[in-house]
Amino acid sequence: MNVHEPEFRYHTLVVTVENKSGVLARVAGLFARRAFNIESLAVAPTDDEEFSRITVVVDLESAPLDQVVKQLDKLVNVVEIRELHPGHSVERELMIVTVIAEPDTRDEIVEHLDRAGGKVLSLGTDRMMLSLVGPPSRVDDFEDLLRPYGIVELQRTGRVALASLDDALD
Amino acid sequence: MATEPMDGGRALIRALEEEGVDVMFGLPGGAILPVYDPIIDSSIRHILVRHEQGAGHMAEGYAHATGRPGVAMVTSGPAATNIVTPLCDAYLDSVPMVVITGQVPYAAIGTDAFQECDTTGITQSITKHNFLVTDAQDIPRTIKEAFHIATTGRPGPVLVDIPKDIVDPTNPRSAMTWEDDVAMDLPGYRPQVDVDPEAIRAAAKLVRDAERPVLYVGGGILKARAAEALRELAELTGIGVVTTLMARGAFPDSHELCLGMPGMHGNYTAVTAMQEADLLVALGARFDDRVTGRLDGFAPDARIVHVDIDPAELGKVRRPDVAVQGDVRVAIEALVAELSDGGTGDVDRSAWKSRISGWQERFPLAYEPWVPGDALKPQYVIEQLRDATPDDTIVASGVGQHQMWASQYWTFDHPYTWINSGGLGTMGFSIPAAIGAKVAHPDRMVWAVDGDGCFQMTAQELVTATVEEIPIKVALLNNSYLGMVRQWQEMFYDERYSEVFLSKEVPDYKMWAESMGCFAMRVDDPDEVDDAIARANEVDDRPVVIDFRVAAAEKVFPMVPSGKTNSELVVPEFQQDQPR
Ligand SMILES: Cc1ncc(C[n+]2csc(CCOP(=O)(O)OP(=O)(O)O)c2C)c(N)n1
Ligand SMILES: [Mg+2]
Repeated sequence: MNVHEPEFRYHTLVVTVENKSGVLARVAGLFARRAFNIESLAVAPTDDEEFSRITVVVDLESAPLDQVVKQLDKLVNVVEIRELHPGHSVERELMIVTVIAEPDTRDEIVEHLDRAGGKVLSLGTDRMMLSLVGPPSRVDDFEDLLRPYGIVELQRTGRVALASLDDALD
Repeated sequence: MATEPMDGGRALIRALEEEGVDVMFGLPGGAILPVYDPIIDSSIRHILVRHEQGAGHMAEGYAHATGRPGVAMVTSGPAATNIVTPLCDAYLDSVPMVVITGQVPYAAIGTDAFQECDTTGITQSITKHNFLVTDAQDIPRTIKEAFHIATTGRPGPVLVDIPKDIVDPTNPRSAMTWEDDVAMDLPGYRPQVDVDPEAIRAAAKLVRDAERPVLYVGGGILKARAAEALRELAELTGIGVVTTLMARGAFPDSHELCLGMPGMHGNYTAVTAMQEADLLVALGARFDDRVTGRLDGFAPDARIVHVDIDPAELGKVRRPDVAVQGDVRVAIEALVAELSDGGTGDVDRSAWKSRISGWQERFPLAYEPWVPGDALKPQYVIEQLRDATPDDTIVASGVGQHQMWASQYWTFDHPYTWINSGGLGTMGFSIPAAIGAKVAHPDRMVWAVDGDGCFQMTAQELVTATVEEIPIKVALLNNSYLGMVRQWQEMFYDERYSEVFLSKEVPDYKMWAESMGCFAMRVDDPDEVDDAIARANEVDDRPVVIDFRVAAAEKVFPMVPSGKTNSELVVPEFQQDQPR
């Protein structure tokens, strides 16, 4: 495969692997060996449960990435690797967050939530648990909006991604 | 399909037999104990080593000498860690090897059980692949996959970690059904052998147009069994060949097109021809830093054709103008066909050839001749040994100055006669590797060329050689120093010698060797050398060790100082006035 040129520093690799123990460690090990940091990682079985798909986002120049991709491809348990072009892929991330929500700020928070397209998962006397699925930038923005109210706990999943349909046709 | 109830331990040995394994090297212990019982009834010869590192290097020596995978089997924990060095060695030199390690019972893994260590974790980055088998039923398939992975594509070591419970017949978890012809399941493993004809045509064009071409040949040629094809290519095109440390013997040293070994201690002609070339055809070679010297000054005018079966090598170090992915023998044969059909071009290379022969005349490999009063010259010992042994003698070397002298001053005219540790540079490699080679070829003469530092790391395997009746011979170039390190301290650290002197008195190598059952001699003077070698060559019922007391101050030349470009090659003093 060809690695895309570095207009974007972030590269999203979609790696199809055998769904076996230890495979994630092998993939992660290749990055760790060179002290490359993984920005985001998501793993789950594909529609065929023999295989899993790893979506890994790394912040790298193209040249070392090209080498890592070739080495990843050499791993016996790696079946396929694709790099998703940032302009031609759909990326999603899920965030779950518990935020301080006093009676006087609660409506405002719900307004932000509705505009972002999120959901209320649970309500407490002075806090709320919310969820949002969206492109990573929208999740970032929403997180920024919530911060002034006081974030109690927050968890994001890491990105999952697929090539956009128009990309798949060419 | 034939099926048969069996236990995992017997199935493991049976699976090895089905792979055609005739010998394995190992040492038993708690976790692997149940597998050692069926060995008694197996056709496989087991060689009991004295240290597991020895088992690993023996398996490597066997593989180097035959092309067949070497097999080692050891127990868990400390035995597994003892074989880590050979695994890494085999990984860096692409040696096909299968290592089986015992593991604590499956249910105990992760509890810091006695002699537990995370063997697959430790060896993940130094094996081509490794397996932790959790189910007895998976053993035959895993063994088949391990051999397939070790021997196909770019060869390498594969480790199979086996928990004790699945091989212990007293444990119900070891029960399984043997099936003939079990199928492999490797959906992500598809080594590419075939080459792209387009790339071959592009390579042929560069070859035709080149004025100053060099064939840069690496260990991949030997792995692909492509020595014949290489010779055809060289003779068809008349292009000179350099053979790297890993490829010595892949092209005959006595052939008129042979330019010798390139690299840090390569000869002047090989290094300089690469440096001045306008085309390097890299065949199963990986632009190792010991070959390129400082990279930004390496072969500045050369276009590159790079043939390798491993796509991760193409462009890793130097961007190729033409990359050919695939088996190097297939690639060379295709290139030969293309150049036979379309012609080899009509570029006049006579000027290039006369430059090459000028270098060969002015800068031959040479050392300061011995004069009375001097200590014995190590290079002289190698020359005499070379001349007194059969043409197909296998030479296994340790790591250090003696390794470079052996590679430089031996004449390798046959493939698979030179066995050494190139990528990892593992001191102590030679004795066990020589044992592995001798087991594979009992009718051939096998000499280990060793240093005194190296000898002290693995000499105990001479006990193995004696007991198992594997009569190797050891030429110990004993300079009382960690000589290679001493050379660097002399040249680059103002002769400040730090922790490199071993001892002139101890050990007494002759006595030590005799205590291990060897026939042993000590040689101090040049006029004793031939006689000692002749006596050694006559002994065939036990190992032989000759302690050659050689000059401590002798240095390996030529040398590209580390961090310098290959144009800054340092030649011995008596050649320094020669015009370059
Ligand atoms: C296991 C290991 N430790 C250290 C080194 C570093 N080293 C490279 S060559 C060398 C000296 C080897 O001494 P000896 O075997 O006497 O060979 P000589 O250079 O004297 O011929 C050393 C220490 C190494 N290559 N391998
Ligand atoms: Mg020495």
